[in-house]
Order: sequence, then C-alpha cells, then structure tokens
Amino acid sequence: MLELISQIFTDYTLRNVALGAAILGCVGGVLGSFATLRRQSLLGDVLAHAALPGICLAFLLSGSKVPLVLLVGGGLAGWAAALLMLTVLRYTRLPEDSALGVMLSSFFGFGIALLTFIQHSSDANQAGLDKFIFGQAATIVASDVVTMTVLGGLALALVTLLYKEFKLLSFDPEYLSSLGYPTRGLGTLLTSLTVVAVMIGLQTVGVVLMAAMLIAPAAAARQWTDRLGKMVVLAALFGAFSGVIGAVLSASRENLPTGPLVVLTASVIVVISLFFAPLRGLVWQWVREVRNRKRIRLERILLDTHVLHNHGELSPETLALRRRTSLQIATNELKQLETQGWTKQENARWLLTPAGHQRAHQLEQEMRVLPRLEARGVVSPTAKRGGA
Amino acid sequence: MVQPHPQPSTLNPRPSPPLEVRDLTVAYREKPVLWDVDLVVPPGQLSAIVGPNGAGKSTLIKAVLGLIPKASGTVKFFGEDLKAARSRIGYVPQRGSVDWDFPTSALDVVVMGLYGRLGWFRRPGKKEHEEALRCLEQVSMTEFAHRQISQLSGGQQQRVFLARALAQNSDLYFMDEPFAGVDAVTEEAILRVLHELKGQGKTVVVVHHDLETVRDRFDHLTLLNVQVIASGPIEHTFNEESLKATYGERMALNL
Repeated sequence: MLELISQIFTDYTLRNVALGAAILGCVGGVLGSFATLRRQSLLGDVLAHAALPGICLAFLLSGSKVPLVLLVGGGLAGWAAALLMLTVLRYTRLPEDSALGVMLSSFFGFGIALLTFIQHSSDANQAGLDKFIFGQAATIVASDVVTMTVLGGLALALVTLLYKEFKLLSFDPEYLSSLGYPTRGLGTLLTSLTVVAVMIGLQTVGVVLMAAMLIAPAAAARQWTDRLGKMVVLAALFGAFSGVIGAVLSASRENLPTGPLVVLTASVIVVISLFFAPLRGLVWQWVREVRNRKRIRLERILLDTHVLHNHGELSPETLALRRRTSLQIATNELKQLETQGWTKQENARWLLTPAGHQRAHQLEQEMRVLPRLEARGVVSPTAKRGGA
Repeated sequence: MVQPHPQPSTLNPRPSPPLEVRDLTVAYREKPVLWDVDLVVPPGQLSAIVGPNGAGKSTLIKAVLGLIPKASGTVKFFGEDLKAARSRIGYVPQRGSVDWDFPTSALDVVVMGLYGRLGWFRRPGKKEHEEALRCLEQVSMTEFAHRQISQLSGGQQQRVFLARALAQNSDLYFMDEPFAGVDAVTEEAILRVLHELKGQGKTVVVVHHDLETVRDRFDHLTLLNVQVIASGPIEHTFNEESLKATYGERMALNL
C-alpha cells in the first residue's frame, strides 16, 4: 500500500488518476455540502444522469471524442435537466420524489437510446463512449487533469467569493431575498456549480455513481462538526482522500475499477462517521444513553436509601422491602451506591455519606421545583438537569 | 441593498407612512389569497395583523416584502419603492420556515442580519460579531451565542430570529407570528424588545394569532380575512362587530 502511494509520484497513469479523483472528491465535497443542506442532493443525481444524453449529443454533433467537448455537452444537458427539474417543481403539483424519478429515468433512458444508436452506427470512432456510464479513470491523461483543475478551481473560487451569500441561501432563502439579494439567481449559480462538479466526475466515476461523490463526503463531514465552514472543508478533505485511496486501491490489483472504489471509500468514511463521530455518532449516543439510564437508576435508589436513612433503618433488608426486590439485589444496589461515594458500611451497618446526603437533597429539590418552573416557562423542559 | 436612504425631508409637512398598501391582490392559482387590500400603518406604533387561519396574514407580509409575486397593487415604504427602502426594513420570518439542524451557531444566525449592510462578497468580521452579540444581549441570549441552533428551545430560536432582525437596525419591522408556541421568558423578551423599538420611534407590524392579548399589546389593528375587514387604532377596530365579520358569526369572545 505504502509502495503504491509512493507510486503516485512516479507512475504517470496512477498520478493522473489519483489527481483527477482527488479534484473530483474535493469539488464534489464542497458543492455537495451546499446541495445536501439545500435538500437538493438528489438533484445532483438527476443532473449527473442527464449528462449522458448530453455527452452522446456532443459526440453526434461534433464527431469528436475530445474530453472537454464531451464534458461541456454533458454539463449543458445536466444543467438543462436541473433547471427543468426546478421549473417543474415550481409550476406543477408533482411531488419532489416523483419529479426526480421521472426526470432521472427519462434523461438516462434517452442517453442509453442515443448511446445504442451511436454504437450500432458504422462510426469506428465511437468506441468508449459507454465508459461514461460507470467512468473509466484509466483514460485520464495530464491534459484532462488540467481541465479538471481549471473547472474545479473556478467553482471553488466562486464558492469562496460568495460563501456568505451561499450560506444564507442554504439556511434561509426567503430572508436572503428580504435583504435584497437575488435569491433565484444565486440558487441557479450554485446549482450550475454543482453541474461543474458533475462534469469533473464524468470520466472518473461516471454518471451513475456521481451523486455519491456529492452526497457521501458532505454527509460524513456533517457528523463531525456543527459549523458550515468546517463542514465544507472536511467534506473537501474526505472527498479528496476517497479519490486518492480509491485510485491507489484500484491500482493495487488487475481489473479493479477506480470509480466504484472511490465511491466505496467515501461510503466507508460515511459509515465510520455515522457510528463514531463525537456528539452525533451513534456509538457515543448509545453510550451516553446507557450511562444516563444507569445514573438515573442509581439516583432513584439513592432517594429510597435517603428516606430509609432518615428513619434510621437503612439496611439491605429494608431497602429490599421498600424497592420490592430480593435481598441480594438490594445489597448489590447499596454496593453500587458505595462506588459512587454515596453510602458506606460501618460496623456492618449501612450509612449515607455526606456526599450522598447532599446529592439526595439536591435531587429532591430538583424534583420538587422542576415541574412548577416548567409550567411557568422559567426553565424549558429540555434544559439539562444537573449532571451527577 | 447598500444604497443609503435619503433622510425624510423636514420640509415635508406630512411624512409618508412607513407602510402604505394599495389594491394589493395575491392569487395562488385560481383562488385569491388576498383581495384588494388597502392598508396604511402609522409611524412609531405596534401594529397587529389578526385573522383566522388561511386569512392571508403571512402572505400579506411576504407579498409586501416582494417574497411572493403580486397579482396587482402597489406598496410604498416611507413613500418609496421596496428597492429604495430595503435597508430600512427588517424581517422576522416564522420559526418553522427553516431547518434548525443547519450547521451554524446562534451568533452566526444573528450576524446574517448584517449581510444586507455588508453587501456583496464582504465577509463579516470582528465588528459584525460584536454587534451581533449586542443584539443577542437585547433578547437575553448572550450565554447561548455559541450553541448550535438545534440545541436551542423553540422560544430561544425565536429570540435568535428576533436578534437577527434587530441587527438589521431598521425603521420598520415585519414579524411573522413571533409569539407562536414560545415560553413565558421569550414572550417577555419579545414584548420588551417591541416596546424598546416603539420607544425609538420605530414601527413594528406583527402577525398575531391570539385575540386575548391583542388589545394589551398593540396600538393599531388590522383584521384580515382575504380582504381587510377593519384597520385602524385598536380602540376603534377591536370590537365584536368587526371580529364577527372576520371570524364568522359563531365566534365567541369575552370582550
């Protein structure tokens, strides 16, 4: 693996493929962050699929297979599809998912029809157009990397310049309008930049898997931070990382496709993020829940022991009676409180420690006060209870 | 959005009202949502727009602010068009209109109120953050400045939206249901801000849903149900007759 990574710097093909995939991941991550926050990540899927008929038409009209020509064709078709999609949503009552489904499959179907037509024509030059369906990164040459860098650089520069505007557009477009900004124009621009990201990805991952490069890095990044700026940067890093790792993995063995491996790497990052990211990660949420449940159970027991202690009759027997459990469980519970420093044993008698007293008093206060204050709205019901 | 607005001329004996709406009609498809609305909001007052669900209250605000297209009608702010008066208008949308899981902090949302003044491309800096903090302080939200906005209660979110509008430092404010579903602390904070704004001679137009509190909280009332049923000083408009005309005969009210 390390050897392969070092080959990025020496092997011509691997370097171009890795660079292309990294640029794609970076630009896809940035634009995908905004797309997912605007709830338009599936729009990316539509316009990626719609690129296929565009590529075919560009080939039919120009007769050339120069990547830039095909990419521009694909981009224009994707752009048209995105605008058509947004128009349909604005002026018809079609639900968004239906509109997406219809649009995606009709554009893709049209693309496949054109592709089949081209393949059965006698044009010997046509071979390889079908590579745009799943991508074929190995065909990326240095000039393609330059094209991608220019396109991607342009898109990233615009996002940097208009970061503030795009941020508010994604959070609260109506408010942006009320401030006098041309919200619809800005929205169209941001969608167009997403088209640029798709154009960059056509050679590497192809039209079918492209949406993953928009959604996956952004979804993963969202798990790690609560700030848009950090999310965008993280998504770019995750995307670029997926690109390089995917490229290296595909080079490690014969017949491993780059595009799918890039997407798979990104998906692994998503899964890891979903489970292990601090705050939002499922694992930590689960751990917190278990801890909380344990803490609340112990606090409940403490309140019972407190009552018994005040009557001067704290013992495993009385606790078992009060809590309707067995003697063994009650003894165990007292020992658990002991580990919290709330109870102690003296001459075979159980006592509440000062710390236990204090905590019990505190809990009783909270229980008594909370409902009343809540009713008056002085504290919100979601306000955090004092931690143990 | 960055044009400086001309100061109202002192030679003008009767300055133009903050909001003057003439013949405003808004239609979604075949059905008019607002029909021939005429409305003049007097300066320096707290003005309520009240009416049943679907009466077009929010639509009125949005149409006036140019957020949805008008079928017909004219709207003037301080005698000027929306474009010229934009920097003098603040807006508090309904809390439910945005996704609160957006990755941003309370302070950041308030800074957004300064985007209009900043203009294209310029990023908010230290000065903007300090100003936003002052606005958060006005709604007693200083300690939550750096919280992610989904970790705020509904009332706190409403106060963040209010602080964002305060950052706009406008002369005329539109607030869409600011009292809807908020706790007592927030209610008090909003009322305090409303009175501060009034004290500074600013005009506030509030979409309100609670008839019981209208009389205590507002100076001016517009009863709306697709058309304007009544509009004027609260003591003239808040009566059984116009309320029945707005809400229907079966409306029971303890006046």
